[in-house]
Amino acid sequence: MEKYADVVIIGGGPAGLAAAVAAHDAGAGEILILERDRELGGILNQCIHNGFGLHTFKEELTGPEYADRFIRQVRQREIPYLLNTMVLDISRDKVVTAMNRQEGMFRVQAKAVVLAMGCRERSRGALNIPGYRPAGIFSAGTAQRLVNMEGYLPGREVVILGSGDIGLIMARRMTLEGAKVKVVAELMPYSGGLKRNIVQCLDDFGIPLKLSHTVVDIQGKERVEGVTIAQVDEQKKPIPGTEESYSCDTLLLSVGLLPENELSRSAGVSLSSVTGGPVVNESLETSIPGVFACGNVLHVHDLVDFVSQEAALAGNYAANYAAAYAKTEKSGEADRTVIPVCAESGVRYTVPSFIRPGHMEEELPVRFRVGAVYQNCYISVYLDEQRILHRKCRILAPGEMETVILKKEQLTAGGVPSKITVRIEQE
Amino acid sequence: MYDVLIIGAGVSGCAAARELSRYKLKIGVLEKGEDVCSGTSKANSGIVHAGFDARPGSLMARLNVEGNALMEELSQTLDFPFRRNGSLVLCFEKENEGVLEKLRAQGEANRVPGLRILSGDEARAMEPHLSREVTAALYAPTGGIVCPFGITIALAENACTNGVEFFFNTEVKKVEKMKEGYRLVTDKETYETRCVINAAGVYADVFHNMVSEKKLHITPRKGEYYLLDRSTGDFVDKTIFQLPGKFGKGVLVTPTVHGNILVGPTATDISDKEGTNTTRQGLEEVAVKAARSVDGLPLRQVITSFAGLRAHEDGSEFIVEEVSEAPGFFDCAGMESPGLSSAPAVGKLLEKLVTEKLHPEKKETFVETRKDVVNPFLLPDDERNELIRRHPEYGNVICRCETVTEGQIIDAIRRPLGARSLDGVKRRTRAGMGRCQAGFCSPKTMEILAREWKVPMDQITKCGGNSRLILGVNKDRLHEED
Repeated sequence: MEKYADVVIIGGGPAGLAAAVAAHDAGAGEILILERDRELGGILNQCIHNGFGLHTFKEELTGPEYADRFIRQVRQREIPYLLNTMVLDISRDKVVTAMNRQEGMFRVQAKAVVLAMGCRERSRGALNIPGYRPAGIFSAGTAQRLVNMEGYLPGREVVILGSGDIGLIMARRMTLEGAKVKVVAELMPYSGGLKRNIVQCLDDFGIPLKLSHTVVDIQGKERVEGVTIAQVDEQKKPIPGTEESYSCDTLLLSVGLLPENELSRSAGVSLSSVTGGPVVNESLETSIPGVFACGNVLHVHDLVDFVSQEAALAGNYAANYAAAYAKTEKSGEADRTVIPVCAESGVRYTVPSFIRPGHMEEELPVRFRVGAVYQNCYISVYLDEQRILHRKCRILAPGEMETVILKKEQLTAGGVPSKITVRIEQE
Repeated sequence: MYDVLIIGAGVSGCAAARELSRYKLKIGVLEKGEDVCSGTSKANSGIVHAGFDARPGSLMARLNVEGNALMEELSQTLDFPFRRNGSLVLCFEKENEGVLEKLRAQGEANRVPGLRILSGDEARAMEPHLSREVTAALYAPTGGIVCPFGITIALAENACTNGVEFFFNTEVKKVEKMKEGYRLVTDKETYETRCVINAAGVYADVFHNMVSEKKLHITPRKGEYYLLDRSTGDFVDKTIFQLPGKFGKGVLVTPTVHGNILVGPTATDISDKEGTNTTRQGLEEVAVKAARSVDGLPLRQVITSFAGLRAHEDGSEFIVEEVSEAPGFFDCAGMESPGLSSAPAVGKLLEKLVTEKLHPEKKETFVETRKDVVNPFLLPDDERNELIRRHPEYGNVICRCETVTEGQIIDAIRRPLGARSLDGVKRRTRAGMGRCQAGFCSPKTMEILAREWKVPMDQITKCGGNSRLILGVNKDRLHEED
């Protein structure tokens, strides 16, 4: 083996940076961040709009500024990182294989691994949008990189499909750079993005948002010349006769984010069919002991502040795991009780998916998303049949991540429950 | 004056160019696209058919079986991906098993080796995902799969190495008979030649009809496909056909040489020779028909869909011959399926026809072999690291989904007939071919193309012509208004 490290962190974006800082502060010895791009900060580097850090720093930062706060912390702690370095494989016994220009292909034996690879955008192909395949169809994130990092305008007359946050942000960005954004079409009857983004990026610029609409045809053999959108019925099938044509040179897609778990899968990590991310316990540990996950590779977040919080926990647990690695196993001492956390009645999933009370901190955030828009409802948490939380909410939407806090004393006070359930209730 | 001008740089035209480049001939290829493999050869099933489909005694049957037999050696000589994975034709109704038997007899008449009728259970033992509805299947061990870009690019590069000139973005507008030979008027230059090979795919009828009163008619027959993520690659191992119906071979499910699963095609006759758009109905039809062959096809893993056009000639036959009233004008027309499978044999046949006409001498300097872009991941550890030490670009991964390095992209650009566009890079290296469909790598690949060709970024295209990817710089129109 060429290299050894206590904690290897895959990805130098917001999750990886926060995990590295926390792992260092928890006493981890050798930490190594492996980043595929040319600088630390991940996708934040192209998110030059503001609105980051309200929870973490109590001020509004741009993406690069938010990343910089964490990059400084990494540098202060002299945590080693490698840039332009692609991780090619993670083995079950935590050998990380990576490659870069300087060292060629090399291997690192880690005691603990933190998965922080982030997510990618769903492409046109995954949607089966019919039509030609000309130039001018970009995912919103690709357009964001071209505009914000390279200074190029990928198009002048734009239609956007999908109202995810990146699509909304790009509607404003393209407008400010001199393009005309004609419409944002959203398949669902609600937006997939944050309310504040709809107001600040569409409403403020007079850009129409058409809910329950999709693209049914793309015209143009070399470059996009137009798209046709149509209204969809409740089965999301286009309704004949509702077609509207827009002449445009560009179609941006903001139709969902997918945790990027190819490395996790080949390592043998169990993945959730709902989130596409690893199934984790209260320590954010995957099905492979010593492999932890955080940030958008675990589940797609709405705010980076929550990514940082989650990643700090993962870094902390990874450091603890690495510290215990050398010690002889304390057989029989550990509490082996495992409680599943069930997502029901409108709750799509929870992170974590199960809890070992013996390993739990005093307080544990359980994060989740709902599958539809709910108004004047309650978030409820049950320990078996006993309701321990019943929180009134004016509105819940799939675009926003929700959190409930579980207390260790609740779980252990009246005997350990066989399951914990999170559900949405109308009263 | 050229000895031979070939219209069309698809797989047939490139195969002819490569075989004729063995001789002391001045050869040119005129291609209206910006790259080889830009038309019919680009979007098809990538299948090397065993050869039981065509009517015994037809040219199609002969060239298919010959092409299949030549494919393996050619793939080694020219270093392109080919795998003899075998194929199954599924029968779903007891009463149709006679048709399957007829197909086998037809295959044997065509001299297809090793054909066997399997029971439904035998077929399912071979392919666990086959539907319970399958009652019997025809197994053809010589069926194979090939990368359509790989073979066409390999043939073209080797032809170029051996002196064939390629003229891209050059559309032939007129073919005029001269006293001896032909004058080809294009949208750029005008060329004169002793012989013409008309390998123009769906346009072959247009050029034939310029020199002959016996008119040809070619119908573009559209086929729509789904391509699935490589994570699904072991869903089937063999190419799974359905018993042929009125419109060709029905829908197939096949692995590709790169480990994806390909599902399709439909068969819709259209009038637009450029009508490569997919349609909602077409894609739905593919999904419904494919579900008949296999259970649990992971269509959620679709990474792209596309449509291609088959050059269907009214007689459903290949026409590879000298036009009787136009000496020196050779048709290579009606090259629908199994045109790709037949390409090595089509090249040989055109070599024979043209050399019988021109009696050229063989070249002593002919270079037989060609090497593909070096893939560092296929090298042993020490060789790979030595390569990266000498050329650090091979340590810089650009396309994360298909793990393609900067070194490979540079090689694809600098080699003979090198890539000029994103699609050109994609077809030579697979950068951008994966599950994110070039979302992450396209800005980086564009930068490399701009740097290597020394052109500004806004000149970089997806596939030539007006397919520019960048339309300006930020706020440029705002400055104009100042």
